[in-house]
Amino acid sequence: MTILQNIVISILEEVAIQDANQYPANVPTYQIPRERFAEIAKVMKTAGARLVAEWATDETLHPHHPLPHQGGGGRGMGFGIYACYAKDSEYLIIKTYTPLEDPTFPSLVKKFVPAYRFERQMKSLMGVVPVGHPDPRPWIKHEDWPEDAYPLRKSFDASKPIPRVAGEYRFIKAEGEGVYEIPVGPVHAGIIEPGHFRFQAVGEDIINLEEKLGYVHKGIEKRFETLSWEDGAKLAGRVSGDTTVAHALAYCRAVETMTECTPPERALWLRALMLERERIANHLGDIGAICNDVAFAFLLYQFSILKEKLLRTNLKLFAHRLMMDKIILGGVAVDISPDAKNGILTEMDWLVNEFERLVIIYDENPSLEDRVRDAGILSPDTAKGLCVVGFVARASWQPIDCRLQNPFPPYDIIVPRVAVLKSGDVHARVWVRIEEIRESIRIIREILNSLPEGEIACKFILPSPDIAGFAVVEGWRGEVVYWLQSGPRGEINRCMIRDPSSVNWIALEQAIHGNIVPDFPLCNKSFNQSYSGNDL
Amino acid sequence: MIYPIVIEILQTLILLAAAPAFIGWIRMVKCWFQGRTSPGIFQPYRDIAKLFSKDVVLAENASWIFRFTPYLVFGATVLMAGIIPILSVDLPFSATADVIALVALFAIARFFTALAGMDIGTAFGGMGSSREMTIASLAEPAMLMAIFTVSLVSQSTSLSQMVQVVAHGQFILRPSLAFALLAFILITLAETGRVPVDNPATHLELTMIHEAMILEYSGRHLALIEWAGMMKLFIFAVLGIALFLPWGVAATGVLTGIPAAFLFLIVKLGFIGIVLVLIETGLAKMRIFRVPEFLGSAFLFATLGMLSYFMLE
Repeated sequence: MTILQNIVISILEEVAIQDANQYPANVPTYQIPRERFAEIAKVMKTAGARLVAEWATDETLHPHHPLPHQGGGGRGMGFGIYACYAKDSEYLIIKTYTPLEDPTFPSLVKKFVPAYRFERQMKSLMGVVPVGHPDPRPWIKHEDWPEDAYPLRKSFDASKPIPRVAGEYRFIKAEGEGVYEIPVGPVHAGIIEPGHFRFQAVGEDIINLEEKLGYVHKGIEKRFETLSWEDGAKLAGRVSGDTTVAHALAYCRAVETMTECTPPERALWLRALMLERERIANHLGDIGAICNDVAFAFLLYQFSILKEKLLRTNLKLFAHRLMMDKIILGGVAVDISPDAKNGILTEMDWLVNEFERLVIIYDENPSLEDRVRDAGILSPDTAKGLCVVGFVARASWQPIDCRLQNPFPPYDIIVPRVAVLKSGDVHARVWVRIEEIRESIRIIREILNSLPEGEIACKFILPSPDIAGFAVVEGWRGEVVYWLQSGPRGEINRCMIRDPSSVNWIALEQAIHGNIVPDFPLCNKSFNQSYSGNDL
Repeated sequence: MIYPIVIEILQTLILLAAAPAFIGWIRMVKCWFQGRTSPGIFQPYRDIAKLFSKDVVLAENASWIFRFTPYLVFGATVLMAGIIPILSVDLPFSATADVIALVALFAIARFFTALAGMDIGTAFGGMGSSREMTIASLAEPAMLMAIFTVSLVSQSTSLSQMVQVVAHGQFILRPSLAFALLAFILITLAETGRVPVDNPATHLELTMIHEAMILEYSGRHLALIEWAGMMKLFIFAVLGIALFLPWGVAATGVLTGIPAAFLFLIVKLGFIGIVLVLIETGLAKMRIFRVPEFLGSAFLFATLGMLSYFMLE
């Protein structure tokens, strides 16, 4: 599958340089002149690709690498600007440079909606300016930070406190008779993560919803740059606590592509086992929580019991309820005994029975059905335009699942059957997750029935300086993307994290149009995106 | 003459003391239905005691309405104990206040709660008040219709008289009362903020109705409002008992009937609690725009009850 690659080569002809030396072995990377950055986005859009991520690196301290045909405009000159595209199973990274004295680049927002927030974030945190971007407001960085404090730049000292300045974040206004504004959050009446939602409403009808996130911005990407590669796996496991396995796995896989270290077969299978257990536990909890948001508390407690039992088994088997820090560079940190294997198989038999009993209750209660159907519809066209991923995408007719499209063992042997639905409403998102639980139970059984013997970790070799690694892993929310770059001394120079939430949050804003204010919590819960993973 | 006054005082004390236990019972049964361990029937008392021991946090722009409302709501609710025959029909207050006065007392409490919700000026308060008034404007006429159906049977709007006729008169099967009971159950769910109209346990600001109005209250103010809320549900339960299941209530001048009436009350309340939990466990909260249809059908049932009185009885 090299459709995107062929397009880029045909468009750019001689100016396209594939830098096989520095860039990830598993994904083609093309370096192009800055003025053609938006042009490539256009052809990518035409080719039906989606924008996976857009990010910047500070390469001002790198040794100077002149590129002959450009008269010496290589690394070490300023900031690297990256855009990652994907179509089906093919990923492609486009890179360009922007110099320190004029850090601008053409905005992609007219071609790809997700660029709207990616680019605001790049501008706020790295100080690179997207030309043609309609929205000058900061994103993730709060308005009471000085505008010229760019935390991701190498010159920024993260150990010192930031001076506070007076700033104002202007929300989109709606005017007219009977229009009123409802500010919600960032502190909520329940125990949930902080985020601000600004509604413009007439009566109970929502005219517009604007999200403001960034309240859990903790500088994780910057923090990676001070850590060793091994400690990086621990930090990755803490990007979003409920997705600890997927994040740690994506990080480890990205680093492993830089070292050509292949973990033993048994480790790969155990990783998949943990990934599927995490998926089941989170899906169970969320389906219950969705029911609770329409006051159907019975299912919340029943699903919570199932989730809790899974987590307790995790504690027994992996010494951690969420399996944090169990995925390490080169393999996994904990093996399972034959007894434990049988224990999980018995647990899965029990789970199937209990789960199917609850699904019947969910499916056959008309009052519940009345609430979840036709609420918060994300149409397939909108979903495609917004480049959403994960179960949100699959509920809106977008068959995106990295387990299928970019499989690593054992998913090459145990192929997941991915459920895709068309209606894009709350019910579709619930139903996709119900199907995924069924499928994950099957995968776990197959993994355990043919788990290979052998070592659980190989010796990890440090990556060499000045290379990059890339990995995607299908976490329970969707595609988790890591792109890592080693610096001149072989340290972590940049760790780009793209949690599925970064793209899916915008979809919530769109899905809420035409709904009423009291239905928002239900719609929000059906997306249940991570604040922490988005705010980094 | 002293005996009816003792009854009045006894009824008020029962309302004050038993309302939290009734809520505690409902929550306990609900826990069992959901497969959970319950905190016990006395948890609401502990909650109220906790709130009374806390300081009041008052918004800077809170006016007298905001501070006055908890006392008014509490007072109005306690007054109702004087006119509903909980234990006995021998109530001197019932001569001064009939069932229309009862509905008016509810309306006063609601009116001030809605004003207090808007007083602080937060978006949630205003939202809650607007939703509450929408529901009230539909629920109140339906409630009067349902009660008037019972009034037609007893030829009176005095609750004591109504109960006297149904409980101690000749037993007749009346289809009009069946319709009125159905309407009354729907209205009770709406008026007391239970599932499927409102969710008393929610923490979601945007979906709240009653809770949104009182979101700014704290300390003793919140304790009074919560307590009054519990009493309101209790009153609807005993009102339902008085109108539709009054058997066992003590007749005028029969002192010995009081202990038996008390036992009957406990059994009936226990039963009502279970029915309420069954409804709340089996149903999801409806979309807010379905509430008018829901209360519309309550009004329809009440009207059918009234029509069937004229046609069949």
